[in-house]
Amino acid sequence: MAEYAIILYANKDDISSDVDGPERGAHDQHSEELQEGGSMIAAFALEPFDTATSIRMDAVTDGPFIEAKEVVLGFYVIEATDLDEALAVAKRNPIIAQGGGVEVRPVQGFVVRTTLDE
Amino acid sequence: MDERTQSALRDAFRSEWAHVLAATIRVTHDIDLAEDSVQQAFTEALAAWSRDGVPRNPGAWLTTTAKRRAIDALRRNVTQQRKIPLLIEPERPFDEDANPATRASGVEMNVATDDTMRLILLCCHPSLSNESQVALTLRLVCGMTTDDIARCFLVEKATMAARLTRAKKKIVVARIPFCLPRGPEVTKRLEAVMGVVYLLFTIGHTSPTGDTLFRRDVCAEALRLARLLHGLWPEVREISGLLALLLVNDARRDSRVSPVGRAQSMADQDRAKWNTAMIDEARQLMRANHEAGPRGRYTLQAAIALQHVEAPTYDEVDWHEIVQLYDELVQLWSTPVVQLNRAVALSKTSGPLDALAIVEGLETDARLERYHYLPAVKAYLLDQLGRSDEAQRARHRAFELSSNEVERDFLGAQLRGASPH
Repeated sequence: MAEYAIILYANKDDISSDVDGPERGAHDQHSEELQEGGSMIAAFALEPFDTATSIRMDAVTDGPFIEAKEVVLGFYVIEATDLDEALAVAKRNPIIAQGGGVEVRPVQGFVVRTTLDE
Repeated sequence: MDERTQSALRDAFRSEWAHVLAATIRVTHDIDLAEDSVQQAFTEALAAWSRDGVPRNPGAWLTTTAKRRAIDALRRNVTQQRKIPLLIEPERPFDEDANPATRASGVEMNVATDDTMRLILLCCHPSLSNESQVALTLRLVCGMTTDDIARCFLVEKATMAARLTRAKKKIVVARIPFCLPRGPEVTKRLEAVMGVVYLLFTIGHTSPTGDTLFRRDVCAEALRLARLLHGLWPEVREISGLLALLLVNDARRDSRVSPVGRAQSMADQDRAKWNTAMIDEARQLMRANHEAGPRGRYTLQAAIALQHVEAPTYDEVDWHEIVQLYDELVQLWSTPVVQLNRAVALSKTSGPLDALAIVEGLETDARLERYHYLPAVKAYLLDQLGRSDEAQRARHRAFELSSNEVERDFLGAQLRGASPH
């Protein structure tokens, strides 16, 4: 088994601020399916890109690190035997039908805190 | 070393390299180690075959030797020292090496075929860039040297070596599996494979730089790959179409360049120089290819190419049929180059004015901005309309854009009014 990060991208102009809209619903449903299937290890949905702050050598600036039309919406990590299996899972992400896309990257390693705050 | 051994070894290299490497990868799960082992087997064959004679089944001899060298290396922990993860092979229908004594020879054949299919699909995995796919296929399936692959792409050897290393690293790190998908998935994957073969043939056929001999080798390699694919997937219609297309185009190779090395337009080609055996083979493939369902882009292109060669003379070409085939092709593969070719055919049925309208429409397409064939076609159409000043300007543009010496000669002669066609 190997871990793959699936990173969600969408065009800035296509992102609706309406978190309760039908687009968001498709993602919640997809997330539930992956949780039930047991392949998803962790998932992070990010707040809108305009809440991001970037840090470079000598400056702290407003907005995402790279000025681009596409922005990262979130990412999740799945377990799969190989790239074909990971791609099959990633292809089912609703963002693809919504005009965005995903990037699949093998995970080299990760750490998680073993204790949780109450 | 005697002549016979040398030629047997050359033949074995051409016909067996891919099978031997694929079978060895299955043992090593490590591409580099497998390549080294296969290289070693071929080196050993030189001495062994000179001494003991050429074995009855050279492929089997090479596979056994390569696997043995691989196992030796694995025992010496070569891969462990490199600390690289192994190739992934998710499905394994039966343990190939568990009981060789009970293995039927038919099964053995299937395993060899399966392994070669896996190797090809691995090289052409959609997650690899198109350039990497071609480079990997040439290296791993055709056994071409990095030097030659670099020449093929017109890059430095070091650049190509780095590209190959990067591609191999991605296969391992991203865990692209050494497996054989079935059903619709394999059909989709084969499209990439066919794309690689077609691109390779195009490079050989129209490479922008000189060196005719090398380009012939590249074409021969593409043809060999197409034959290999057809042997592995005989039921896939588009593969037959691709092979037929390559055959028809290659059959005309000797006539495309006139004795003084000048590019020949279709009208001027010496039809007697066409390789009739290859054309016959293409015709057979297309006949066997008449099952139901829509034709793909390679089958359609092959049908167009066959229409051209079936006519006894250039004047007897059935342009109506060709336009119809182009109409079908444009439906599923509407590239500007296809549209340009369709315009040429259309000029024969509907006249140069209709065709010129299409060509002028294509002039705004950025993809054809540096394509010398566009102004060449335009000049040809303008000539027919008697607009010779404009035609001359278009010819001049075509000459400027062409970087292939043979083409430049041809266009240069036209510019000087030597033999306008």
